[in-house]
Amino acid sequence: MSDMMDDMEEGGEGVVKKFMFVNRKAPHGTIYALEGLEVVLISAAFDQDVSMVFVDDGVYELIKGVNTKGIEVKDFSKTYRALEGYDIEKLYVEKASMDARGLTEDDLIVDVTVLDSAEMANLMAEQDVVISY
Amino acid sequence: MLHIVNKSATERNSLESALRMVTKGSAVLLIEDAVYAATQGSVAAAKIQSAMADVQIYALGPDLDARGMSSRVLDGVKVVDYSGFVDLVTEHNSCQSWL
Repeated sequence: MSDMMDDMEEGGEGVVKKFMFVNRKAPHGTIYALEGLEVVLISAAFDQDVSMVFVDDGVYELIKGVNTKGIEVKDFSKTYRALEGYDIEKLYVEKASMDARGLTEDDLIVDVTVLDSAEMANLMAEQDVVISY
Repeated sequence: MLHIVNKSATERNSLESALRMVTKGSAVLLIEDAVYAATQGSVAAAKIQSAMADVQIYALGPDLDARGMSSRVLDGVKVVDYSGFVDLVTEHNSCQSWL
């Protein structure tokens, strides 16, 4: 993260880099999903070109109908809906990851763009910075 | 014997290891990220379904709820709450947690 800050300070206002945040973990078993989401929200303050990507178990982060009362942890699934308000509108989901879990776009809490694996690979390859959770 | 699995079957091999070691009459309890394996359409569902011939599979309800998966549970999987979890532990002579 310190490299990211340095780049931005040196580059000044004019430099906009393409940042991709890759989410690969299910939401509650580990802290990765929540921490990744928090960093994306912080990144919004830097006016960069941010994409958020959900592959593997990361697609479980976007499931509708969550109720976390029983396990007494924060339900951050609704926060994904707030991303739009921070101008983070590029959300991508890999089709193969959804298929392997019996999920469709209708199961997700936000509007996403569904990509096949080759499209996802190309999107990843064209980024300046890729950060993984 | 009670086998407890808490890792996602699409990320780790804990469920596979557990199912390899179960004997007839054993029980398997899925908790935390392991509950995804007991949901319809998951690639792990087939493993659960074939295991159900010999063992009873349980899944922890609060963990299913927290993951939005309560309405997708496979037929034959018994959903238990925390007191059901305690009952399972006391009913079996030993437990193995596949961490």
